[in-house]
Amino acid sequence: MLELFITFAKIGLFTIGGGYAMIPLIKQTVVDEKQWATEEELMDLIAVAQSCPGVFAVNISVFIGYRMKRLPGALMCALGAALPSFFIILAIAMFFSRFRENPVVASIFRGIRPAVAALIATPVFRMARTANINIYNVWIPIVAALGIWLLGFSPVYVILIAALGGYTYGQLIK
Amino acid sequence: MSESSEYSESSEYSDYSKTINQLQNMIFLLLFITFFQIGLLGFGGGYSMLSMIQAEVVTRYGWMSTGEFADMVALSQMTPGPIGINSATYVGYTSVVNAGYPVWAGFLGSLLATFALVLPTFVIMIIISRFLLRYKSHPVVESIFQGLRPAVIGLIAAAALLLCNEENFGNPSTSPWHFWISLGLFLFAFIGRQVYKLNPIMLICMCGVAGLILF
Repeated sequence: MLELFITFAKIGLFTIGGGYAMIPLIKQTVVDEKQWATEEELMDLIAVAQSCPGVFAVNISVFIGYRMKRLPGALMCALGAALPSFFIILAIAMFFSRFRENPVVASIFRGIRPAVAALIATPVFRMARTANINIYNVWIPIVAALGIWLLGFSPVYVILIAALGGYTYGQLIK
Repeated sequence: MSESSEYSESSEYSDYSKTINQLQNMIFLLLFITFFQIGLLGFGGGYSMLSMIQAEVVTRYGWMSTGEFADMVALSQMTPGPIGINSATYVGYTSVVNAGYPVWAGFLGSLLATFALVLPTFVIMIIISRFLLRYKSHPVVESIFQGLRPAVIGLIAAAALLLCNEENFGNPSTSPWHFWISLGLFLFAFIGRQVYKLNPIMLICMCGVAGLILF
């Protein structure tokens, strides 16, 4: 139980720049090291967490916690994901309201931001193999990515359309 | 005569202080309601929540100024943790302290806002988790996820692409130093993770140190 809390606290502590930055960390600890979930489950979870309202990172941690240890596990994981940032932000709001203008902090974060972009990109290729991406369906992730990136589509609609497409396809081949 | 005037004055005063008190106590209730709403309706993650927070906290209630809000956005992105949690904590504290409350009440405000933000999703996710674990192998659920998985790959790719902007990488003509170093750090982190399977937390720390030295 404590392990759940510590794992998600560690993930929460090193997630810089929002929910998706959490994915490489979750994949590394929860899937590769601890094997609490498979890569396929993580992908399903990302789709579900993305189509639910609220904080993406908390959604993911609640599911994994619930799967491991039901309600207490879900509570532990959600607390773990939320608490480190809660205390850091509280301390900043109280003592360092000029934190952002600190040149040391600014240059550290300038170095981290390109790394976060790179780390989010890395699971794409491995996950593509797990999702059975082949020459016939490779257009789906490409259209989804370009639609969101260039045309500003909401990921929620992409998820809804993909779910509908999967359902229709399942009915057709039956 | 003088007694009655004194009486009316003090009653007027107590009425006035009562309304002030009510208004100020309202801020805790309003904070809870506002962030509960944002948690319930905040589809699409942190960035869509930020615009909702701005509409409620800055425009509607005036708990924070536009400048304070801009500072908070930058801060939520720069500090670790989910952006939604970061901004709820910061807004909760700042709004209450701006309203003239002491620091401990600000702590209470940040706790309340963060709790209210997480509560609706927590309940929704528990229900969904139960449903998913039970019906995972149902053919309809299975075919829906068959469609979702390729799209999720696209979603993650888009998240990475969206971060590759001028704000994070600099501009090759106006700030070449920033741009080329950022590109180098991007490649370093990508290859370190993809080829050499280095720990992502270690890579983030290394790039932070590199940023400190190079920028």
